[in-house]
This record gives sequence, C-alpha cells and structure tokens, in this order.
Amino acid sequence: MSRLTDKNLVIAKEIIARYPRQKSALIPLLHLAQEQSGYISREAMVHLGELVGVTSAEVYGTATFYEMFRFEPIGKYLVNICGTMSCALMGAHELMHHAEKRLGVKAGGTTQDGMFTLAHAECQAACTEAPCLQVNYRYRLRVSTADLDNLIDDLEAGKLSEEIPAHGVLAKVRQHIAPDRGVGAVSPELVDQAPAWLNGKAAL
Amino acid sequence: MTIVDPTAENIVVDPNVVNITINDKPVLARKGELIIAAADRTDDFIPRFCYHPRMSSVGMCRQCLVEVETPRGPMMVVSCMTPVAEGQIVRTATDTVKKAQEGVLELLLANHPLDCPVCDKGGECPLQDQAFSHGPGESRFVEEKRHYEKPIAISEIVYLDRERCILCDRCTRFADEVAGDPLISFTSRGNDTQVLTFPDEPFSSYFSGNTVQICPVGALTAKPYRFKARPWDIEQTESTCTSCSVGCRIVVQSSRDELVRFQGVDIDPVNWGWLCDRGRYNFESVNSTERLIAPLIKSDSGLATTSWSIALESAARIIRTALASGADSVAILGGARGTNEDAFAWASLADQLGITQRDSQLGDGLTPEIFNLEQATIDQTCAASTIILLSPDLKEELPVLYLRVRDAAQKRKSRILEFTPRDSGLTPYAWRSVSFEPGRQAQVVRETLETQEIQEQIRRGEVVVVLGRANLAENESFTLHALGEIFHAIPNAKVLPVLRRGNVRGAVAVGLTPQKNSGDAIDILTKAAAGKIECLILLGSDPLADVADSDLVARAFNRTRSVISIDTFINSSNRNADVVLPAAAFAEKTGTTTNLEGRISNVTQQITPRGTCRPDWMIATELGLSLGIDLGVSSLDELHQKMTSNIPEFSSCANNPIINSDGVLMVSEASATISRASVVLVDRNSYSYRLIVSRTMYDNAQSTTTSPSLVGIITKSAIYVNPLDLARIGVVDGTNIRVGIADKSIVLPVNAHSGVYRGTAWLPYNHTTVDVRPLLDITSDVVDVRIEQLH
Amino acid sequence: MSTTYSHAPGFVAGDRPKIVTSRFEFADSFTLERYLATNGYKGLRAALSRPANEIHDDVKSATVLGRGGAGFPAGTKWGLTPQQVWPKYLVVNGDESEPGTYKDRLLMERDPHQLIEGCLIACYAAGLSQCFLYIRGEMALAQERVAAALNEAYAAGYVGKNILGSNFSVDIILHWGAGAYVVGEETALIESLEGNRGMPRLKPPFFPAVNGLYGQPTIVNNVETLANLPWLLCNGVAAYTAVGTKTSPGTRMVAVSGHVKRPGVFEIINGTTTFRDLIFGEEFCGGIRDDKQLKAFVPGGGSAPWFTADQLDLPFEASQVGPAGSMLGSGAVIVMDETTDIPAAALTLTHFYAHESCGKCTPCREGGTWLERILRRIVDGDGTDADLQQLLEVGAMICPGDFPHAANAQLGLTAVPFPYKMTTICFVGPSAFAPVHSALTLFRSEFESRVTKRVTIPVTAVSTAKTVTSVGAH
Repeated sequence: MSRLTDKNLVIAKEIIARYPRQKSALIPLLHLAQEQSGYISREAMVHLGELVGVTSAEVYGTATFYEMFRFEPIGKYLVNICGTMSCALMGAHELMHHAEKRLGVKAGGTTQDGMFTLAHAECQAACTEAPCLQVNYRYRLRVSTADLDNLIDDLEAGKLSEEIPAHGVLAKVRQHIAPDRGVGAVSPELVDQAPAWLNGKAAL
Repeated sequence: MTIVDPTAENIVVDPNVVNITINDKPVLARKGELIIAAADRTDDFIPRFCYHPRMSSVGMCRQCLVEVETPRGPMMVVSCMTPVAEGQIVRTATDTVKKAQEGVLELLLANHPLDCPVCDKGGECPLQDQAFSHGPGESRFVEEKRHYEKPIAISEIVYLDRERCILCDRCTRFADEVAGDPLISFTSRGNDTQVLTFPDEPFSSYFSGNTVQICPVGALTAKPYRFKARPWDIEQTESTCTSCSVGCRIVVQSSRDELVRFQGVDIDPVNWGWLCDRGRYNFESVNSTERLIAPLIKSDSGLATTSWSIALESAARIIRTALASGADSVAILGGARGTNEDAFAWASLADQLGITQRDSQLGDGLTPEIFNLEQATIDQTCAASTIILLSPDLKEELPVLYLRVRDAAQKRKSRILEFTPRDSGLTPYAWRSVSFEPGRQAQVVRETLETQEIQEQIRRGEVVVVLGRANLAENESFTLHALGEIFHAIPNAKVLPVLRRGNVRGAVAVGLTPQKNSGDAIDILTKAAAGKIECLILLGSDPLADVADSDLVARAFNRTRSVISIDTFINSSNRNADVVLPAAAFAEKTGTTTNLEGRISNVTQQITPRGTCRPDWMIATELGLSLGIDLGVSSLDELHQKMTSNIPEFSSCANNPIINSDGVLMVSEASATISRASVVLVDRNSYSYRLIVSRTMYDNAQSTTTSPSLVGIITKSAIYVNPLDLARIGVVDGTNIRVGIADKSIVLPVNAHSGVYRGTAWLPYNHTTVDVRPLLDITSDVVDVRIEQLH
Repeated sequence: MSTTYSHAPGFVAGDRPKIVTSRFEFADSFTLERYLATNGYKGLRAALSRPANEIHDDVKSATVLGRGGAGFPAGTKWGLTPQQVWPKYLVVNGDESEPGTYKDRLLMERDPHQLIEGCLIACYAAGLSQCFLYIRGEMALAQERVAAALNEAYAAGYVGKNILGSNFSVDIILHWGAGAYVVGEETALIESLEGNRGMPRLKPPFFPAVNGLYGQPTIVNNVETLANLPWLLCNGVAAYTAVGTKTSPGTRMVAVSGHVKRPGVFEIINGTTTFRDLIFGEEFCGGIRDDKQLKAFVPGGGSAPWFTADQLDLPFEASQVGPAGSMLGSGAVIVMDETTDIPAAALTLTHFYAHESCGKCTPCREGGTWLERILRRIVDGDGTDADLQQLLEVGAMICPGDFPHAANAQLGLTAVPFPYKMTTICFVGPSAFAPVHSALTLFRSEFESRVTKRVTIPVTAVSTAKTVTSVGAH
C-alpha cells in the first residue's frame, strides 16, 4: 500500500548505491517514504528493511530515534515553533500561546481540517532571528504574532504552496551523480591500498 | 592463560600477561582483557548491568565506573570498555567511585517500579543485589515514575515489562549479535527509550529465552516460569541438555519436586551459556500429566496398568519365546535418548541374549563409520579457517551449534563454504553457499572444489567438515559420496559429525548400533515387514511417527508379533504394544551423555521419577534378571565403572567423576576412510520437483507436543517452492495444492520461499496437520513429485 | 559600519578580514558561476598542483582550529589516522544544532561550493577516499543548495572521477539527518550515517580517526573548519596566520543572540575580539536592548557555563576562556539582560538537553529528566528549598566533583576552570546540568525567592520513617 512507488524505488536504489553499506541509506530512504505519504507507514518500513537488508525492527529502532519522522498522518503544514533559549528570551512562549489560540489546538495537535500540526521545536539554528519558526522546515524569522496570523492566512489561502511543499518534502533538489562522473561506493573490505594520489607527487 | 601467584619466585614472563593492581593488590591480566574481567578473578566485585562477557561491550549503564591513575591524576573510566595496561593502577572503591556507583544506582531505581514482591526476578535480581551492595540505600526521587502497559507479550514465550527495564541493551545486543535475529530494538529516544519489536511482529527467535536469562532485572520473563516459583524455593543441579546432540550445559531447577526452569551454564567448549528455546522449555514435557507413570500390559480392553513384576515377567516371556526362533527374530530400535549407562546396559543385555539387530538411529542419520574419521571438536571447527557445511540446517536441528558457527564466521574470520539443497540459517553468513539438487551433491562438490578461488581458500589452513544428513528424501549415500569428494580434494580435512539425536554418539559407542553384519533400522523394519521379526523392543523410539517411510513401518508393525516399549509417553508405536515399561525422564535420572563431538558429561537427577518410572539401565538389569541374566551391576556407579572399562572410547572418563562442567572427550581413533565413488542418478523430469525433506525446530516431537508453552508454535504443514515456480504452478501463496508421486498424493498449502531453488520443493518434516511421509519411499534414491492445482 | 544582506538573514558583514564569508554580499553566492568568478576552486587547483603531504603540512602549520566545539586543530586530527589502514573517510559535520549556534547553516546555504572545495582539499591532503556531507535534517534550504552545488560541481568536473583531469578522485555524498541534536557528537554522527540510532560510542576504543565509519579511520570535520581551507590554499599559510593570534589564527563565525540591540552572525578575528567588543561594540551588537543592564551571557553555546559582566573582557581564545570557567564551544553567545527570569531561562536549556538525550547512559537519561522536573517545579512555583540542593546532587551524579563556573566579584566566587568530570559518554548529560549549575551558582537568590521552605521532603536519610513513606520515596 504505502510501500515505495516505482518512481521512488528508482530513487531509493540510486541512494543505496552511493554507500559502501546499504544500511547507511536508511535515513534518506525514510525521508523518501515520508515525502511520499507525509508520514512513514508500517508497510514503508517493511519495504525499506527489504531494500537495505535489515529487519523491520531495526528500521523501526532507527526511525523512532529521530524526531522528524512521523508514524501517523499529520497536518499538511507542520508548524514548528522554536522554544529554546534564544527564542524563549525573545518571546517564543507568547508566540506559541498565540498560535495555539489561532489554530485552536495545543502544541502537538493537528487542526480538524488536517491543514496544520502545531509543535514545540528545539533550537532551529536561527537564534539571532528570534523568535523563529519553521513550516515544513522552511524558516520564518523574527515572527510577531501578527506575522504568524498572516502566515496562517497565506497558507490557508494556498499562497505559499510554491515555496512550502506539503509535509514530508524536504529539499526540492536531489543529488544526482552521473554514472560516468561518480567514483562509486566500494565496500571497505575490498580496499587495502592508499589512494592513487598519495604517491608523493602532485596530482596535477 | 594460567593465573599464577605473582609473589611466587619463578615466574616465566609471558608477553601476553599484563601486571596491574586493583585496589593495591597485584593482579595478572591477559593482554587486551577488560578491567572488569580481570577484576572478576579477584574479590573486588565491580557492579555492572550492561556488561556481559559473551557480548561486545557498550559501556552504557555506567555502573562499572572505576578510577584509573593517569599522569593527570585519577580518571573515571568504565571498566567494561577499558582494557588493562601494564602497570595500570585501578581503584574500585574510592569515594569518587562509590559516589558515582551510588549515583547510577539511584538513577536506575528512579523509574524502576517497586513491584519486587511480585516480580519473578525478586531474590535473584542483579538490580536488587547491587542496590543492596553498591546502592545509596535510599531514593530521593519523588516524581511520578514512567508508566507503560505491563507486561506485553513480545512472542509466544517472552513477556516484556518496560517499566522494569533499565535499558542495558543486553537483550537487544543478544538478539542482534549472538542470535542474528534483530527483531527487538531500542525505540524512541532519551527518557522515552523502550525495547520493542516492530509493531505486530513477534520476537520469534529460536533463542529468545536467553534474553530472559541475561536480563538483569525482571523486565523479560518467560511464560513457563512466570509466577511458578521463588528463587529461594528453588533447588538446582548442573546437568547437560539432551534435546539434541550439541549437549549444552544447563542448570536444572525444581521447586516442590517439579521442574520449573532450565538455565544455560557458560562453558567454553560448548554453549557459552546459551540455549535454544526448545531445549530450555521442553522440560514442561517431564511435568506433563500425560506421562506414563506405571507399567502397562496388553489386555482385551487395550493397555492396562499392571505391576512391574508382572510387566517384566511378560516382557521376558515374549523375548524368550521370540529368541526360541533364533536371535535374529528380536530387534532393538532406539536408545539414543537415554544416558550412556542406559545404552550400555541395554547393549550388554543384547550381547548376552545374542541380539545383534540394534540401531539407535532410525534411518534418518548417517552410518556410524563417520565417527571413525578424523574428528574435530566444536572449538576446533570454529577455529578452522574453512568450515565446510555438508549438513542439515544447523539453526533448525542443532541450534546452539549454529550460534557457535555463526560467531566463528562473524567474529573469528572462519569462512563458511556451504553445500546445501536450500538456503539454511547459516547461508547469510556463508563465504560461499553452493546449492545442489538432491542427489547431485558429489558432482557439485567436486566441481566447486576444483575452482581456483576455493582451492586458495582451502590452502589457508585447517578445514573442518560439518557432516550430517540434510535431506530425508534422498539416500544417505549421496552425502557420503560428497564427503568422498571433499576428502579427495582435502585429505587432511577433519569432520564434526552432526547426527541430531541427543545421545546417539554414546549409544553407538556402547553398541546400540548394528552388530556383526546386521542391517540398520531400515533393514530391520524391512525384515519385519516381511514377517521375519517376532519381537521389536522400542527403546524410547517411535518408528511409526519417526521413520520417514510410513508405508514400510506400517507394514513392519502389522507383521511383528510382539512389541515391547520402554518409554515416557504413549505414542503411535506403543499404543498397541504388548508391554510398555515407564521410563524415567531427563532430570529424573543420573548418568553421563555424549554430545556430537564425543564430549562426555554428566546428566543429573533433580526430581523424583514420576510414578514408578525407572531409568532404562535399571529396566535392562531387571529384565535381564527375569531372563535369567545377571548383568553384574547393582548400582549406577558399578555400571559406569564397567562401561568405562569395557568400552575403549569411554576410558577417558574411567576414574573421572566428570565433576568438571566441560566434560571429557571420548577417545577416538581415525580408522575409517571415505573415498570417492561414481554416482549414477536419474535425471529429474522437468515437470516435477525434487523433494527436500528436513526437520525444523518446532515439530511434532513428543517433548514439544507435551510442553504447553511450545505446542502452540509448532509449524503447520506446507510445501515451499521458489517464487518463480509458484507462478509456474499458477497459484498464489498459501493455496492448497496436490503433491503426488506415482500413486499417492497429499494436499497441503504451498508457499513461495526464495531460499528454495527452482525445480526443488522443500517439505518440512513432522509438522502439524498433514503427514508428508506417504510421499517418501526409503528405498528410492531421490523423490521427485508433481505439484498440481486442485480441481 | 555593519551591513546586513536581505538574502542572508542573520548575517552581519563588517569591515574585517573575510575568510569564509567573502561571497555573502552576492545574492547568487551559492551558484557555481559566482563561485568561479570569485576565486572559486582555485584553492583546489593550488592544492592539486602540490603533493598531498605538503597540503597536510600547510593545514598543520596554519593551525586551522576545529570550529565544531572542541577546537582541536584539523591538521593534527588528520594525522591521527593509522598510516596503513585503508580506506579512510571524511565525514562533514553539518548537523549544527547547539542552542545559540548557527554559522554552518549560513555557510551551506550561502556558499556551498566553498564547503565542497574544502572537502576536496581535505580528502586530497589526508588521503580520504569518500566524503559524506551530513546536513541537519531540519535544514531544507541548506540541503537544497548543497545538492544543487554538488550537481553543478560534478558536472563541471570538480567532484567525482579524475578531478580537474588528475588522478585525484573522490565522491561527496550528500546525507541528511532527521532531527536529533546528539548526532552532532562525532561518534553519534557516524552511527547515524551507518543508518543506526544516533547514540554516541565510547572513545576509546571508538576514536573515529582509528575506528570510525564502518570501522575504518574517519575524519569528522565541522563545516566551518573545512570552509576555511579554500582561502588558506589560495592565500597561503602566512596570510592565514597573519589574522588572529598564534594559538587562535584566522577568523571564526560567532552568533550573538538574545537581548542585544543588533543580534547577528559575525565573522570575527579569532583570539583578539572580546565579549565586550561583541556585545557592546558598534560594529557588532551595539549594546543591550533598550540600554538595559547585562545580567549574564552564555559564551559558547547552550552547553557552556555562563559568564557575567565580570568576564566581558575575555577574548575569543580557548586558553583564556577555559581557566575562566567556561568554553568557547561552537561560537554562540546568548545574552540575557536584567529582565531575564534566570530559572526559566536555565529551564529552556535543561529541557533541551534532557529532551535530546539519546538514552544510552543512565546518568543522562534519568538524571537529565530529573533535573528538568525539579527545575520546572521551581519555575512553576512549586519547589522547596530542598530542591535547590537536590538539583546539585542530581547534577553530581552526572558530573561528580567540582563543576566549572566563572569568578564573580560581587559574590566572592573564584573561578573553577573547565572541564568537568563526567559519568557519561558524551557531553549531553553534563550540558543539562551546566545551565542549572551556572544559574544556581550565580543567581541563587532568584531561586530562593521562588521556593517555599519545607522540611519534610526526604532529601537525606530520614530517621523517622513516617515522613518517608508519605511521599513514596524508594
């Protein structure tokens, strides 16, 4: 059902091939599964386990360690309001209270229409621009309560759909290595010599 | 390494020995050894939870912190991950260390529930004990503790109480590192971390019971023991498991004269403390209410209870009558289930009566000649640079040997070269796994061993062949032909024979094996089917259920006038016997047993035999007396003495009471050779499937079906084919299909299995619901079946 | 004097040497076109025209300090790998998430090619055969920009097979996380890159340089560290060490956040710039907001013990900040003015570290949460005076012995130098205690005025059993 689609399977295989060990691809593949469905389903985890050669329990163990992965559907827009020190000093709590009121849900909740999930987040690395928030991991900086209202309005009106894709989509650009350009991943067991350029001579 | 008194004068300096001090006392340690392991040889116990000597260290519970002197003053390190170093000064009880240890214990107890009074671990709990010995004696945690649903069943056998769990990673590490079944994992993070399975996917590992044993708290409990006993009510003795021939060392525990638990004992040469779940939990069978508790004799209304004297007299009369027609008209089948002494007593009795037709195998093993090849121990096997598997699936049939071989391949740089008709539990760990169609193994082995890559590998060092019967649906000679090819290419290869029945090696050694040109079990049954056997003595064997060729056995039993059975249960073969003598079961008798590598170790009585059950050896001596034969022994000790002086293989334990857990190896001499032979085999018709029939861990074995905790996990009958073949048959997974040979067929579900190769079909043996034996004909070389849709 | 760019929010340029932010003024700084037009990949070309060991020597003699937190010189780090074990890997730590810190994100978003070039120089110099560039999961734009830059660079022959036509070949694999602060710790980063739960490994035996990714020698370098290399190779060791001090050469990026007039990320001169310059200097933050009083500041990211005005004149120099009782960490200053509710501020950090505990070590997993719960009780007004002692005692289970703190003239405190002893594998556990300890040491009165006096909470062995049982102690 929510195993990877054929199209995503091609991407998945390309990602797996970049690593000397298949399991390394697990987190990028979990993101791919989340991009496909907005969350990570049980079937997706089974599928990923098959793809990288580990048990579903191992996939589950890894996946649940990381906060970005969701195992149940959430809102189309995940609004993460930072509450760590720099943001807290600059009014993050007040912003969160306002967001809770505006959206009618408590932090952690999803609006009835499935549009928004509001969440408390930890430091988002925009501390000088506090308080900050991310919508599906796209920044909004120095956010006032009025800014927040406008943001919600714009999201509801679909004005930001270009900039902010639905939950699950991270980078819109993927790395792609053309076969003739890539060196290729080699299992470490198969390498026992220093790289060619360490021969005491200039490479150029 | 020998640890010598460092104050002694003549110390030979061993480069692998490192001098350290622990709490100002000199200690000799092995290079690379961890501080905690070195300290375990002293009186200074370092508390620990996550550390386990048979698994890699993770250093996460932080309980084993000690101080080590450094140029910058004392430094706190975890002793489970810090190796010893020459001149190292370790202190395990300074104020800082004590404070740290007390701190960690208080933190571990912070969220640990106070349900010790109703916890199975209470009284034998490392957390309890170490809170007592190294804890602060109080908790200042006034907050609410973590709460989880308690307990949850994570498999048919194991329950998990996450509130009690202290997250030491022992169970999860065991499942991953040791068992290779990473079906449980830490999930979530930080204070919410829990051990869990994947949702709705059970922890169905053959080795799950080990996680319960090594859990340092009561977080993991096993159904058979839950609320059964308190540790202080338990009596225990060390013994050896005889569920299969690996011979794992165990502790047998009882309470109120009932078996309550088996725990693995860590001995270096065999099981390292691990057990399989079947061996660990099938003790329930001994407690079964279905056990035979009194002698039975045939009456008009079936079997009726009688006294020992009447039963023995009747048995003696039957044997005497049969012997009157010649010694050839009596045969003994079985004897691999008991002790060496049991088997020896019966072999002695048979000798005196002139009965030469005996076999402790039931046509599903290999010729005992393989014991006369150059032998390897388990340790030698696991140290070999090449391990050749020409054997059944060790994970299914000899589970703890599987753990050892897997460990050798994973951690010890042994390379597995596997020859197998289908993927086995060890296939994922094999350096090379070579498949063959049943019957073609000799050819495949020959061709494989000729390749340059394999030859280079073989030249790297010792080669050990793990040798056993992979397929009941082919003639045993195919395996021996393949072995001949191996010896041709590698003349100095050693053999680890893996015949699966508990004490088959001991039984063979004392003579419960065909004597003086007599035939084996199949020959005996063939003779019986021809009406040439008058009396069949079943020594703990159930041929009607166990012999692969059901048609042959049925005819044999029809034509045999009398059956005498010595057994612990009523089974299909003794249901119509003339006399049934109730035998003492495992843990109800003392003696010795021999494992597959020829290691003799003791089994010990822990509980009173049920009813009037007697050990097999005693039945033999008493039956002998009824027959006017005095075996000349009146005690087990005398019998043991006689056995060790009469049987050269056992001379190694003549004056050895075998108090050492490791046991002693039997004396073996390489006298046999197996050479290559040309094999002619009919080709498989391309429309048919060549059958592979083998056992899995949970089948209809008596000890499994009579163990309530295990009976539910016995696999249901099915046939397995390659996914592409399933498509060719034209049905979906799980559909009932017809599997037939010339004039017989059975109906059962078919499943796709990528570990089964095209053109073959795997049919697990002795599973519930469908008897697959009608398809098997013991006289044919291989079995090719048709698989068809039902119409 | 200072300039901000709308395309690089947060960054404040200044009239200072720019080693890693030289292209930030261009709105298209992240494109290959702009990069090539501004000396891009010239450092790589310079490197490849000399033997690898010479490049390694340059990095050593330039003393390029690690910018991730520990400040270990990169050249020395590269030299710690065993000589004859291959392959070796480069793992780039772009999992920036220390509270108060962001500069790696800007460097990845604004100048991804500079980072790529830095990675290539490192791989060339240290003989590393594959590079994994691990970007924090929440940084979608950085992932996008680096992916696009890698695609461009591969196509143009700067990355991959036979770089610039030489025999130097290396893949740079973009990898991204999924939300876990602890993965910023290098061994946890490796675990995560192997597809596992990001739980740190014990060093030793798992020193990445010896036993890292897939058990192979692995160099883990911070984004900013590597971003220094192209400039170094273009301009030479002498030009690099001419900036900053001998022990702390070059520049470093520092984010100043909190109650200042002009918060921002600055590229400052290493070793000489003081905290006073940063917080009050006109080219930097220009003073406390609304001209209020400075109450305290965190000098090196959320894990660092706090300073007060007494330490304002310390320069950005590890050898001075350590003895003063804190650390420079990841280049983040968080400023608190007189209006700050100190216990509540500490709680945000303690909550952060307790929340981000991986759960591996008992003291961090259990102790961090315990600290947070006691502290929350105090902030909520439900604490007692006994809780204050309890905080310190739980902290001592994570960090036994004296915990570092700053000197304070008014309180008559002398400094306890960095570092601390710890019962955990990594710094997450101690970091949960650091803000509690600083706040309680420097501002105890704020806690005392917050709690009620009670004597029945069993903080020590209580001989009268009645009081103990009533609160359910173990």
